[in-house]
Amino acid sequence: MKPFFIPLFLLILLAAQQVYAAGPLAEFPRASDGHPDFSGVWQTLNSAHWNIEPHVAAAAVLPALGAQFAVPPGMGVVAGGTIPYLPEAKAQRDRNFTARLLEDPEGKCYLGGVPRSTYMPYPFQIFQNINEIVMVYQFATGLRRIDVGGTEEAPLDSWMGWSNARWDGDTLLVEVSGLNGLTWLDRAGNYASANARITESYTPLGPNHVLYEATIIDATVFAQPWKISMPLYRIVDKDFRLLEFKCEPFAEEKLYGYLRKPEAQ
Amino acid sequence: MKHTQPTYLVSLLATLIVLTAPLHACAQEQRKTAWGEPDLAGAYTEFTIAPLERPEELGTKEYFTPAEAEIFQLQRLEEVNQDDETEPGTQADVHYDFGTYALSANEGITSPNLRTSIIIIPNNGRIPPLVPAAITRRDERAQARLGHEFDGPENRSLTERCIVWPSTLPPILPGGYNSNLQIFQSPGYVIIQGEMGDPRIIPTDGRIVTDSLPQWIGNSTGRWEGATLVIETTGFNDNTAWRNATANMHVTEWLTRLDDDTVEYRFRVEDPQTWAEPWEGVYPLTNLNALLFEYACTEGNYGMANILSGERAVEQQAEKQ
Repeated sequence: MKPFFIPLFLLILLAAQQVYAAGPLAEFPRASDGHPDFSGVWQTLNSAHWNIEPHVAAAAVLPALGAQFAVPPGMGVVAGGTIPYLPEAKAQRDRNFTARLLEDPEGKCYLGGVPRSTYMPYPFQIFQNINEIVMVYQFATGLRRIDVGGTEEAPLDSWMGWSNARWDGDTLLVEVSGLNGLTWLDRAGNYASANARITESYTPLGPNHVLYEATIIDATVFAQPWKISMPLYRIVDKDFRLLEFKCEPFAEEKLYGYLRKPEAQ
Repeated sequence: MKHTQPTYLVSLLATLIVLTAPLHACAQEQRKTAWGEPDLAGAYTEFTIAPLERPEELGTKEYFTPAEAEIFQLQRLEEVNQDDETEPGTQADVHYDFGTYALSANEGITSPNLRTSIIIIPNNGRIPPLVPAAITRRDERAQARLGHEFDGPENRSLTERCIVWPSTLPPILPGGYNSNLQIFQSPGYVIIQGEMGDPRIIPTDGRIVTDSLPQWIGNSTGRWEGATLVIETTGFNDNTAWRNATANMHVTEWLTRLDDDTVEYRFRVEDPQTWAEPWEGVYPLTNLNALLFEYACTEGNYGMANILSGERAVEQQAEKQ
């Protein structure tokens, strides 16, 4: 390479680096108040819904389901790899795992709760205005209303919890409390109790990517706070929209089949 | 079961006394969202004094006088909150007491209304008769169900199964209880969340929502016409069968803010395979100045298990005898 080209090459490299650094974030949509606008349909692309901890592939919960519904492997989404359960809580998680075919609330078409709804294998849509953000999840048509700037405490426990948000620069921080402790964190039986307080963060990574993190504090179940972390991907398919996934009819046999009239069974 | 709530009656009477005029058509122009669209956001009750259909003896009388409305209201509350002991062995007798859970019609906010019915077209204020094909459909369904009402969960109503409610489907109509809804807005979208039902995501940014994929609550497209949100919904699920309608039912809704506390809800229902003529209704939605709380129906649906296990117990009892 001639000496003349070296500074030019470096200059191009530098310019490219700057575009890379500023470009994707500059392209993230902004709301009228200047904050990132998370409006849109999002979904994760991982196997956290099977198990948020690192896991190798495994057989389906029912052998008859074969390879189609076997558990795909996953690197896990827990910072540090392992959830810091207290000993008795870990035993409960293991009991949940054993009983997952009957006990996982997902199988019963129950609302997914937070943070599980985020990484269930279904899209969810964010609607944002300056004062409130609404997230509608396709699974069981869950809805969360997030009060931006809100400080009110949960009046009662609920499946989707109570969410107050604030901005930290370009990051939306959502404090979630008032969860009823009846939801699970994945299909492997990981769970938190009704004492859990969760801080979610949504940070733009690029025009179509958001970094989602959730820190879980629950001294009755975990020895220390812990965090999950994963990207959200914007669904860019043309004319995509959130169709109904009304799962109640699909769960009736599981929930009430044993109560059918004998000859109708 | 018994429930009397005299204090609520007094407050309702007070509401009626201050009630002066029927719903007016002039929309309140001043309330806009930060992005310049009419602002309909809020949580509202669907309860109103007017019944869906006008009592036949009132003919084409569209409005009560305030004095007549007061009497009518008292009669209606009496019907809704019957003080009589229920008959042993009936469903009403074992049903929980609505009053205990503040679910009686006289325990919440009720929109004042001088109309004699929600339905305004046809001018007798009543749903047009079913066409013969619809009567056949209805009778066939009823026949298929007869004697199988308690066989399994699929034999129960869509409301008992936590699938859809008249208070959350288009057209939205006040039901027995929890007839409340919440409206959220963001640029390009309106979301209507019925207390007991699923959120309806209604785009208002010009996109047309196709109806080729049937949905329990239909496929809704919205648009703004001045201060009014217009929603067109088609493409229902065959099993929605709202009031014996087909999946081809076409519902148009108009939502207009009248003042800080009131949004007018108007609707038209068209389905020539069910009714010979379209019919329309209108009623006020009154701001609850509160937020709706999560309903989580199926998560707490002990009723379904109890209904089915009760019937199985009855059958076992009969076998023993």
